[in-house]
Amino acid sequence: MNAGQTPEPIHMARERDHNHHMLYQMLLIRRFEGKCAELYSSMKIRGFMHLYDGEEAVAVGVMQSLTADDAVVATYREHGHALARGISACSIMAEMYGKREGCSRGRGGSMHLFDDKTRFFGGNAIVGGGLPIAVGLALADKVQKRPRLTCCFFGEGAVAEGEFHESMNLAALWQLPVLFVCENNLYAMGTALALSESVTDITAKAAGYNIEAEAVDGMDLSAVEKAANKAASRVRSGKGPVMLECRTYRFRAHSMFDPELYRAKSEVEAWKGRCPIASFIRLLKEKGMLTDTELHEMEERIAIEIDDAVAFAEAGMWEPVEELTRFVYSDRRTE
Amino acid sequence: MNSIKNTVKMTYREAVREAIREAMRKDERVFLMGEDVGRYGGCFAVSKGLLEEFGPERIRDTPLSESAFVGAGIGAALGGMRPIVEIMTVNFSLLAADQILNNAATYLHMSGGLFNVPIVIRMSTGGGKQLAAQHSHSLEGWYAHIPGIKVLTPATLEDARGMLWTALEDPDPVLIFENNTLYNMEGELPVDAGALDIDHALIRRTGTHVTLITYGASLFKSLEAAEQLSKEEIQAEVIDLRTLRPLDHDTFLKSISKTHRAVIVDEGWRSGGISAEISARIMEGAFYDLDAPVERICGAEVPMPYPRHLEEKALPQVETIISTVRRMVKSNG
Repeated sequence: MNAGQTPEPIHMARERDHNHHMLYQMLLIRRFEGKCAELYSSMKIRGFMHLYDGEEAVAVGVMQSLTADDAVVATYREHGHALARGISACSIMAEMYGKREGCSRGRGGSMHLFDDKTRFFGGNAIVGGGLPIAVGLALADKVQKRPRLTCCFFGEGAVAEGEFHESMNLAALWQLPVLFVCENNLYAMGTALALSESVTDITAKAAGYNIEAEAVDGMDLSAVEKAANKAASRVRSGKGPVMLECRTYRFRAHSMFDPELYRAKSEVEAWKGRCPIASFIRLLKEKGMLTDTELHEMEERIAIEIDDAVAFAEAGMWEPVEELTRFVYSDRRTE
Repeated sequence: MNSIKNTVKMTYREAVREAIREAMRKDERVFLMGEDVGRYGGCFAVSKGLLEEFGPERIRDTPLSESAFVGAGIGAALGGMRPIVEIMTVNFSLLAADQILNNAATYLHMSGGLFNVPIVIRMSTGGGKQLAAQHSHSLEGWYAHIPGIKVLTPATLEDARGMLWTALEDPDPVLIFENNTLYNMEGELPVDAGALDIDHALIRRTGTHVTLITYGASLFKSLEAAEQLSKEEIQAEVIDLRTLRPLDHDTFLKSISKTHRAVIVDEGWRSGGISAEISARIMEGAFYDLDAPVERICGAEVPMPYPRHLEEKALPQVETIISTVRRMVKSNG
């Protein structure tokens, strides 16, 4: 402590650390996705890849409401969820490369990130396919009287699927601890919400199942965090599932093969003007909680973390072809 | 001399129920979930009485949401439970095909070995009850196409009683197909009947002239045919596959090396069915042992018709098995 300076109250320091942590995570996601795009162009990463730019506040905000014991079920646009859940950038990047050191041993790739330590039950590449799984995870917790919840991310495109409706009904009927998080980025691949839904208010669908729902500005980290905390504590109170609709936007194309014929450049630019990272930085600076130096240092640390991840992935091993048919069935018996 | 009665008379339905009851008692993680399994007692009355014994948490009625409750079973399995999910008929399982194929069968592999899915999914299958074109098909062979799941087809009382527990102990998804014509089948079961292996085919009748390879309800038609053929001095060996995936081909290849003839009896459709797979394995593994081309007696390639005479014609029958074997054996005996 510098002499003559008033010591910062402890709660202020905590708040600043917490905000820095969240900013770090959002920036990490943004830079990680940028690196992925680059590596995709240089053909280090193949297959389908869906980037999360623009939606960072959703994953980072929601994750603040979860404990280590909770479960996460995500979508195929899940790099951000995985990073925000605390899966290392190294093991995620190695997964993108298809290397054995990847979080799914290279078997899954971009759309199938898994991690048992953080109870991350996957990126699921079938729209809506993860919702029933989340219901089942929550059922197991409820029956076994474990005080935890399952957080299930899905896009607004999933609400057109039967699995969404079946899962909402089941979770509400059985009063299961599921936090449903709808990431409404307005387009199901290239089809606008209004072109695929007769009712475009997603919270209204939750009401049809007697599920409490709240829509929140998904570009506002603080708003997402606050709403997620509220929703999660309601779920934890045993009153059944809650749905959070986060209204957001993806800045990049749907996948690496998308020429974006379905939306106007001006629309994308307008949403970029609402960048969740830029606005959070602005907010922290206004509050005197972030300096340019700190931001610069943060970016440097992130650059190192991503360089390390790429180096880790590059140095990773290819799984021997002799192991091709492993993991079709378990090597072991369960207890 | 009075012998101590060490068997008990029961139906196939009761054998399945006893297997469920035993599993529920042995392991509190086990629960049964499906449409009308509780208050109604099960579409085929398999779970009748279990609700009273175990309560609605463990005998769990579900809405008509096959995809959600099968998926919830997968999630519960991931969460440490040992669910038995009942689907009324194989045709309804198609509404949950996404969960079975895209999730249950893939999770272990997609996660690089991190997440296995110890779920058991039971369903009725097969024709013979005049239930027409949306309740009568035999798609177990079609499910056997999928790596990552196991496909069991218990035909006997012993297997109905004994395969479930072993399936529940398996770390991976197991589908059990119960032919709906077998539920009322009655027989004697040892009082101490218990778990049986799910990995091997069994020779149900020994013979020297031809090998009948079959499973499910067709087993009994094949045994009946073999019995009648034996009166004509034709001795048929009858193999009950019991499990379609993984397929125990060693048992039938070994049998064919003795009999030199093979007939596959399968209620499922011929084109691209399990009978085609079995035939291909015979070509790969026993081609030079054969004295005659492999023959197949399969379900007719038609959506199942309602009237009895057409349904009978659409399914393998004892007479067809007899005439096919007779022709094979006589033409190049």
